[in-house]
Amino acid sequence: MTDRLSDFDENDPYSALRDKEPPRAPRNHWLDVWDQFKKHKGAVFGGGFLIFITLAVLLGPYIWSVEPQKLDIRNKDVRPIWTSIWDSSAKVLWHRPFGTDNLGRDILANMIAGGRASMAVGWTAMLLSLIIGATVGILAGYFKKLDGFLMRLTDLFLSLPILPLLLVAVTLFRQPLRANFGPEGGMFILIVVVVGLTSWMQTARIVRGDILALKEREFILAAHSIGTTSSAIIWRHLLPNVISPIMVSATLGLAIAIITESALSFLGVGFPSDFPTWGKMLADAVPRMEEYPERVLLPGVAISLTVLGVNYLGDGLRDALDPRIRGR
Amino acid sequence: MLAFTIRRLLFSIPTLLFISIIIFGLLQLAPGDPMAQVPLTVPPEVKQKMREALGLGAPIHIQYIKWLNQFFIVEPQFLIDWITNKSFLFSWLPDTQLGMVYDVELEKFVRQQRNISWQTRSPIMDIIIQRIPQTLWVVALAYVVGILISLPIGIYSAYKHYSIFDQTGTFVTMIGFSIPPFFTGPLLIVIFSVTLGWLPSIYDTTHVVNDWASFKYQLSQMILPVMVLALQTTAQISRYMRSAVLDNLNQDYVRTARAKGLKESVVVMVHVLRNSMIPVITVIALGVPSIFGGAIITENVFGVNGIGQLLITALFANDIPMVMTITFIFAILIVIFNLIADVLYGVLDPRIRYD
Repeated sequence: MTDRLSDFDENDPYSALRDKEPPRAPRNHWLDVWDQFKKHKGAVFGGGFLIFITLAVLLGPYIWSVEPQKLDIRNKDVRPIWTSIWDSSAKVLWHRPFGTDNLGRDILANMIAGGRASMAVGWTAMLLSLIIGATVGILAGYFKKLDGFLMRLTDLFLSLPILPLLLVAVTLFRQPLRANFGPEGGMFILIVVVVGLTSWMQTARIVRGDILALKEREFILAAHSIGTTSSAIIWRHLLPNVISPIMVSATLGLAIAIITESALSFLGVGFPSDFPTWGKMLADAVPRMEEYPERVLLPGVAISLTVLGVNYLGDGLRDALDPRIRGR
Repeated sequence: MLAFTIRRLLFSIPTLLFISIIIFGLLQLAPGDPMAQVPLTVPPEVKQKMREALGLGAPIHIQYIKWLNQFFIVEPQFLIDWITNKSFLFSWLPDTQLGMVYDVELEKFVRQQRNISWQTRSPIMDIIIQRIPQTLWVVALAYVVGILISLPIGIYSAYKHYSIFDQTGTFVTMIGFSIPPFFTGPLLIVIFSVTLGWLPSIYDTTHVVNDWASFKYQLSQMILPVMVLALQTTAQISRYMRSAVLDNLNQDYVRTARAKGLKESVVVMVHVLRNSMIPVITVIALGVPSIFGGAIITENVFGVNGIGQLLITALFANDIPMVMTITFIFAILIVIFNLIADVLYGVLDPRIRYD
């Protein structure tokens, strides 16, 4: 109180009302989120790694322009360049930094191509499952008539044995889809659809819960009272408010999709044999892992680090997007 | 509580029917013909007769009902027969012979028609019963080990919130979440059987335990698959345990317990633990079927010939009845454990009685 009074200038009665420093620019909601996100070191590393790996698989083929399928049978079974640190007799080549496999294919080029496939499947399947999950969740939360049916359906899908069904679906529908869309395209569509169709349930549940709570708020009542249509309420008022749970489940979905694709490839029901993915490279390397452990380690570490990064990113996003935690 | 259990039990019937329709429909849509292996020299009219004998010409709903009948009525009878006749625990019971029916033409008891695997031409359930012990040994042991490790970790990291132990625990569980079993498996094999040479890399299912040395070998070959499966369980359950204990540590009753002078160990291990176990136990029950699913990959890596590996080989051999049966068994496991989790929740937490 005392400094307030000392600031008071007799000649200028309005001086007390004036701000002593220029007003700060209004804070954007997403700026707050970013500030909170930055505090979570794991999340920043995770997000950074995800961006790095995405850029690497997108731009990699232009920088490392070796063709992944090119056979170089004279230089087969070349060890990675770092093997020469402890084993000077190992066969290493400077233009094959990650070594070559048993047919002389360049492993670095294969890692980039495999990462492309894995990330493409992961992102597309995640988007598909998000679209299904968010639609089901919003419809179930907003329209009371649909709620019972849609949530029963979600429960039923949750009690499906996912991995066995995935295996069954992929093995059974491989041939017809291959005939229609080509070996790679057919498999891509199949895996994306199958993973998307079996992983939307958590998103739907979370979104429905949030919509149910939002629906009772005053701004929705206000929107109703000025005659806003249901679709406009959903698009303009509800969807922006449930974007944070959707983003968090997007990260989880990406992790699940990448792991599922790799698991299918590992079990030998994934992409055709001349189309590298990380899971496939890992599976192919397992029989000879005693002599060439790096061929198991490289794709395995790539999968694990990507999924770890995505999981940390999701953890950080959950904290950053939760207004109760933010600012602490 | 009883009413709730019965209601829940009744609801699981449509769930199972829905799943069975999905599995049945999926396999009906599938290309592939069980008659594809029949030689071309067999005349078409004989082939047609064979089709009818296999029930392939019948409408889909008849096929479906016959399949359900086979699965839920005929096979359980054989299972009861097996339990009373050959099983280890109950063979002292009188032999039931439920699987036999009286054939009027032959005027004697014959075995009922059973679901036959196209691959081996033997009854599917017999093969599954042979395979289940291997899966159960590895999976159940892994689950128990995982729970035993994860509970203390969860409790301690919640109690020492944000300590180094907690941070490390969080990091390790994140890794456990992120590293898929098809990578941890080969990784552990490279470390423990190739580099160090301590443990066998392949699970030898023909191994017979009859003395101390063979028992030690059995233990050593189980360590790696159990470790792989237990890592996932530990990661999941310790997370849940940690957050449950954290929720409870801030409750008023904990302050009361401390205020009346109870020892810290009593407060944590009796008051807090009992309340935080409620959600964790349901999570444990819900996790059982998913660990069976994860065992498909682990069994494949280590060569354990359990039901997961049976599913994979049946898939590659296009053995549709076998695939259907195993998938449906997984579905039944999920439904049963969901039911158990729901009922346990009501039993443990009187606030959540659903009536």
